[in-house]
Amino acid sequence: MNSIRLRTLPHFLLALFLSFAAFGEASAQTVGSAPAVSKEGVVPGATAAAAPAAAAGATTGDAAAIAAGDALFKGNCAQCHAVKEVVVGPALAGIAKRRPMSWIIPWVKNSSKVVASGDEYAVKIFNQYQKQQMPSFQLSDAEITSIVSYITAEEEKASPVGGDTKQVAGGEAAAGGDAAAAGTEAGAAKYVDLLLIILVVVLIVLVVTLVIIANIMKDVLRGRKDLDGRDVELLEQRFDWTQLYKSKLIRGLALGIFALVVLYESVQGVMAIGLSQGYQPTQPIAFSHKLHAGEHQINCAYCHTSVYKSKSANIPSANICMNCHSQIKTESPEIKKIYRAIQKNQPIQWVRIHNLPDLAYFNHSQHTQVGGIECQTCHGPIQNMDVVYQYSPLTMGWCINCHRETPLNTKGNAYYDNLVKLHDKENGAVPFTVSSNGGTECSKCHY
Amino acid sequence: MQESPKYWKGIEELENSPEFVKDAFTEFADFLPVKESFGSSDATVAPRRDFLKLMGFGIAAATLASCETPVRKAIPYLNKPQEVDPGIANFYASTYFTGQDYNSVLVKTREGRPIKLEGNPESPITRGGLSARAQASVLSLYDGGRLQNFAIKGQKAEKDRVDQEIRTALASTTGKIAIVSPTIISPSTKKVIAEFASRYPNTEHVMYDANSASGLLRANGGVVPAYDFSKADVIVSLGADFLGTWLSPVEYARQYITNRKVSSDKKTMSRHFQFESALSLTGSNADVRVPLKPSELGAATLALYNEVVGGGAASSYNNAQLKKAAAELKAARGRGLVVSGSNDPAVQTLVAAINSSLGSGAVDLANPSMIRQGDDARMMRLVNELKAGSVGAIIFYNANPVYDHPMGDVVKAALPNVKLTISLNDRLDETGSLCTYAVPDHHYLESWNDYEPKRGFLSLAQPAISPLFATRQAQDSLLTWAGNPSSYYNYLRNQWKGLLGGNFQKGWDKAVHDGVALGTALTAPAAPVAPAMGVSEAISAINSAPKGSGVELVIYEKVGIGNGAEANNPWLQELPDPVSKATWGNYVAVPRAMAVAQKWEQGDVVKVTANGKSVELPVLIQPGQAAGTVSIALGYGRQLAGKVGNNVGANVFPMATVRNGVVNYANNVTLEKTDAKSPIAQTQTHHTIMDRKPVVQESTLKQYIENPKEVTEYEKISTPDGLEAPAKVSLWQDYEYKNHHWGMAIDLNSCIGCGSCVIGCQAENNVAVVGKQEVINRREMHWMRIDRYYSSDAHKSDFDTKGKLDTYAAMEDPSENPSVIFQPMLCQHCNHAPCETVCPVLATTHSSEGLNQMTYNRCVGTRYCANNCPYKVRRFNWFSYTSNEKFEAVNGHMFTDLGRMVLNPDVTVRARGVMEKCSFCVQRIQLGKLEAKKQKRRPQDGEVVTACAQSCPTQAIVFGDMRDADSRIGKLLRREDGERAFHVLDAINVQPNITYLTKIRNTEKSEFNA
Repeated sequence: MNSIRLRTLPHFLLALFLSFAAFGEASAQTVGSAPAVSKEGVVPGATAAAAPAAAAGATTGDAAAIAAGDALFKGNCAQCHAVKEVVVGPALAGIAKRRPMSWIIPWVKNSSKVVASGDEYAVKIFNQYQKQQMPSFQLSDAEITSIVSYITAEEEKASPVGGDTKQVAGGEAAAGGDAAAAGTEAGAAKYVDLLLIILVVVLIVLVVTLVIIANIMKDVLRGRKDLDGRDVELLEQRFDWTQLYKSKLIRGLALGIFALVVLYESVQGVMAIGLSQGYQPTQPIAFSHKLHAGEHQINCAYCHTSVYKSKSANIPSANICMNCHSQIKTESPEIKKIYRAIQKNQPIQWVRIHNLPDLAYFNHSQHTQVGGIECQTCHGPIQNMDVVYQYSPLTMGWCINCHRETPLNTKGNAYYDNLVKLHDKENGAVPFTVSSNGGTECSKCHY
Repeated sequence: MQESPKYWKGIEELENSPEFVKDAFTEFADFLPVKESFGSSDATVAPRRDFLKLMGFGIAAATLASCETPVRKAIPYLNKPQEVDPGIANFYASTYFTGQDYNSVLVKTREGRPIKLEGNPESPITRGGLSARAQASVLSLYDGGRLQNFAIKGQKAEKDRVDQEIRTALASTTGKIAIVSPTIISPSTKKVIAEFASRYPNTEHVMYDANSASGLLRANGGVVPAYDFSKADVIVSLGADFLGTWLSPVEYARQYITNRKVSSDKKTMSRHFQFESALSLTGSNADVRVPLKPSELGAATLALYNEVVGGGAASSYNNAQLKKAAAELKAARGRGLVVSGSNDPAVQTLVAAINSSLGSGAVDLANPSMIRQGDDARMMRLVNELKAGSVGAIIFYNANPVYDHPMGDVVKAALPNVKLTISLNDRLDETGSLCTYAVPDHHYLESWNDYEPKRGFLSLAQPAISPLFATRQAQDSLLTWAGNPSSYYNYLRNQWKGLLGGNFQKGWDKAVHDGVALGTALTAPAAPVAPAMGVSEAISAINSAPKGSGVELVIYEKVGIGNGAEANNPWLQELPDPVSKATWGNYVAVPRAMAVAQKWEQGDVVKVTANGKSVELPVLIQPGQAAGTVSIALGYGRQLAGKVGNNVGANVFPMATVRNGVVNYANNVTLEKTDAKSPIAQTQTHHTIMDRKPVVQESTLKQYIENPKEVTEYEKISTPDGLEAPAKVSLWQDYEYKNHHWGMAIDLNSCIGCGSCVIGCQAENNVAVVGKQEVINRREMHWMRIDRYYSSDAHKSDFDTKGKLDTYAAMEDPSENPSVIFQPMLCQHCNHAPCETVCPVLATTHSSEGLNQMTYNRCVGTRYCANNCPYKVRRFNWFSYTSNEKFEAVNGHMFTDLGRMVLNPDVTVRARGVMEKCSFCVQRIQLGKLEAKKQKRRPQDGEVVTACAQSCPTQAIVFGDMRDADSRIGKLLRREDGERAFHVLDAINVQPNITYLTKIRNTEKSEFNA
């Protein structure tokens, strides 16, 4: 007897559990009203197009030199300089006209030496920028020249030529262009909303009008004495709601639909347990990636210093913030929070967004440095996020899928040379993916 | 023809007792209590209501918990140090020396926390090896039992107040100020003490060692000779456990084994005779081992002297093996070496005389070792002065005489009468708790210090972490009280300015980076000091020494616990003794004949009485124990060591005798059986592999020289085509390894069984400590164990000639002095792994690099894999060792934030109910591969090593990529194929990735057990 009862019990409990979970899911979803994100995440390579377009069509300088200068500029200079804006140091547009190369090269290599030599322009610049010294760079003359030619190319691209407005959307202005596009999209959405509201209002007005007309007609008919019994019956007829309630078909249907909805929600809820995709907590300091990574195009690794070399990407320490913010926006209340933290010697407690369970081992450098994966592949359009949210589901299925589909970044890496040969010999038609090199084995991530 | 000795894992197996037979066929004993107190009278039936309640609560809790994800914080540095990157380990060179053995170490730190110690390959002394005790010392750093602040009479006190009071008291002290410490090999610390002494002129610095080598010092003009075992072809050890505990075992083991490794290019080995009472680690490795009583040691030395040098008085000791040893020594001349572990100056004088007569090149007196300087006579004088009340102030620096000196009682009684008592010990131990002031010292991983373990070889210690507690380095304390405002770091640097030539900063930086430097802080040795006694005097001393009577007690040190200073370290407590495989406590090791005669059984508690003091300890039947002797280990029975070490075993320091001003670690005892029983937690006889084909193979050097192809017996199986190697036939598809094929080779000839790898593995892989009861329940968690087999000479062929009964009876004879073999056993990473096929959830699978992967998060705990593993290397988490309060005392470091700092962040801490086992240190493999990929190259050989291979002092373990033809392992396996290379249980064709190399003994089979 007992055993039979017990057997039905799990079913009951499962049902209970599922319904609980469904409520849980529903309430959880209301918490984070973050942007809707597909559970699939981003297809690798999709964001590659979002990378700044190469400086093609430049009129001056060698294209190769400009490309090299682009990389060097972003790696070394972009933290403090922009082409047209004053960041930490001066805007660099027109530098080639302002100063000769014979001045620029020693300056980049060792600015303090130039200042110390008493060069008039150098001293002026030094004083003008709060006596903040520019660090020395171990760059070759050719490299510095290529940076300058890149700047020259950029400033030409950026300056409007004639009345051709299309030229404006280039280089740095690309971000602005994106924003404008986003704006039109938002405008379209507003129109749709307005149209819907108008439609709803019209419908309501129509219904009300119809009811009023019906009532008036009834009153008119009641006023007439020449109606016979059947007509009166028809006129006084009322809808019997109890019939509907008593109908087995209707009851069955309602119950069935209800059960289906509960089931659906339950399954959805259970699948989402432990998932926090879209998680967008409020951070102690309103730091905007959109501003830093998006508008100012600061390289991710400038702050996340160990993303190319360590397991952890490293949340920047306050002294990294101070590299720039000892000079910039010092009055901002948000930045004052950093000053306060330093004064009190209490580290800033950021809320962790991407939480992998302890049993899963993940290494950033494996993906960024070796795999050549863009940050955005997993973290989404971080350069557009004012407040960061969890873009990818970070489930094991999501990891495995990517490992199955992504071809290994074997080019120029002697580690893989022989493996690629072996693979091509055996099965050259299929791409050499991460998983075909054992990338979906358990102890690649669990140990 | 190959001799096939029969091995048994313990006395139980040899006797084949009914209990053993029953257990032999069940891996896990029936109905081991998982929960001692379950409410129901019938524990196997869970009441339905309880089930419903728990189920309902569980579901509700799970549902509620899933509603909201906990908020986790990410807290970056405020000001990140440049060299620290989260997720990247930094290594700092440092030095381990706590008065016992010296090790140059590399401290692996993650996010500023030391998590593991590795041997420093730069060191010319320890050469990358590391002892088990040094490995474990990283856990002592996070020991909550350390004193965490300054204290007056046990109460927390302000630093300034303590300093103020101590300085006032010191200035007004009349009578002697004594500083008591174990051996100090730090030149700068000695300078600090000298400076202190010049400020307070009536200061005396007394060094004594808990494991004293006073006799050796006296016989060699006040120094310990530097030995080089690699320069000895014939080694005769008279009771010196030089591979396990004597002076500098890591250094000696490496030297010893360079002369013992054989290959087809080098078919020579040193020859090793061992005369000793208790079966030691060294005795287990000897070619010839002769048991003798401690009272016979003097006579044996004299006999050896007579044979080698001649001219002494006749000796009462007569042994054929001794004569043989003497003859071989004489033949080897300068390549012979005699060492003795005795603390008797007379014995050591004769040993020195023998060595000098041989002209032994293995003894260096010009650049002697400094690691024992303790003078028993001075300590005895101090004890008497304490008793007489002439000591005005006493400072204990790292010294605990109340516990570890034979006269501890006297010290304890006298301390309250001393006006000023200061303890610099790291905890309120037996001595420290009796002192008025406690000024705890830093742990060595928090300190700056220098060392000179051997003249001409300097070594540095640098802090790898900021001080965890409000402690102060002892040297700083002494400098403060001496009125020197300098910090010890600056003091040390100034000292070194005189030591390093050339550009100081450059030399200093290099020394800090390397951890070691050449140079000396010692003055040039004076002309050889005459030994304290002449040879004739020594001979008469030996002949007049009291003869042993009744049962003789040998007091010895264990490889793990040592002198007991680190008794609060659970890793060391659970490290099985290399020979007896016992954990958690000491015991009375008795020879089998004595146990039979007295009708004692293993685990019976006996009362041992000597010096009017008695201890009660269980009996352990130890093959190889000399007849008429029993032995008990030091280092147990601590009262105030901390939660882990308190009241484990009994203290036998008070049983040592003091004669002629030296401590003698032997005594005559009376033994009396009590009614009590106390089971001994042994890891032995757990995983029986008896009654199978050879698991472990050995041969003799003679055979190896004759034909290396015959030293290993390869099993063949019958096929239709005749006998074939087992691997020829297979039901399985073979794996194809394209990338790497990781493998390991373990040379049984090099493995001395020291257990360093066991602790190395434990530290690397967050292996839990389970405590005594769980070890008794056979649930220890070590991923790596060292199996120890005793052998007997009975042949299988004897079954036919003598009959089964007689053959079994014959097996009993050599058990009095068996030959011993050690075999490190870990997951064999089989290519045809039996565990993989039986897992219902695919939690254990094979990787494309040859690893047998264990996935904890998939495991549901059926334990089928453990049942199907022929090597019994899988470990099951019966409990949550990290949260069950039952394990808080023993596994405490996984319970507190302080202790958890030692965990390796790259390795999961396993939960209850999952299986675990050796992973081949997959985290290290992955890291090595990643580093290579980042640098766009293939990994180099030696870049990826497992923790066990890394820590092995004798390099018995070689790990690498077997696909790489140029790797060490690739070459080794090619060279040894068909000679010494074999797989354990080859016939079952699981094709392990671990290959063993047959042990070769430098012996005629007949002579070993004569």
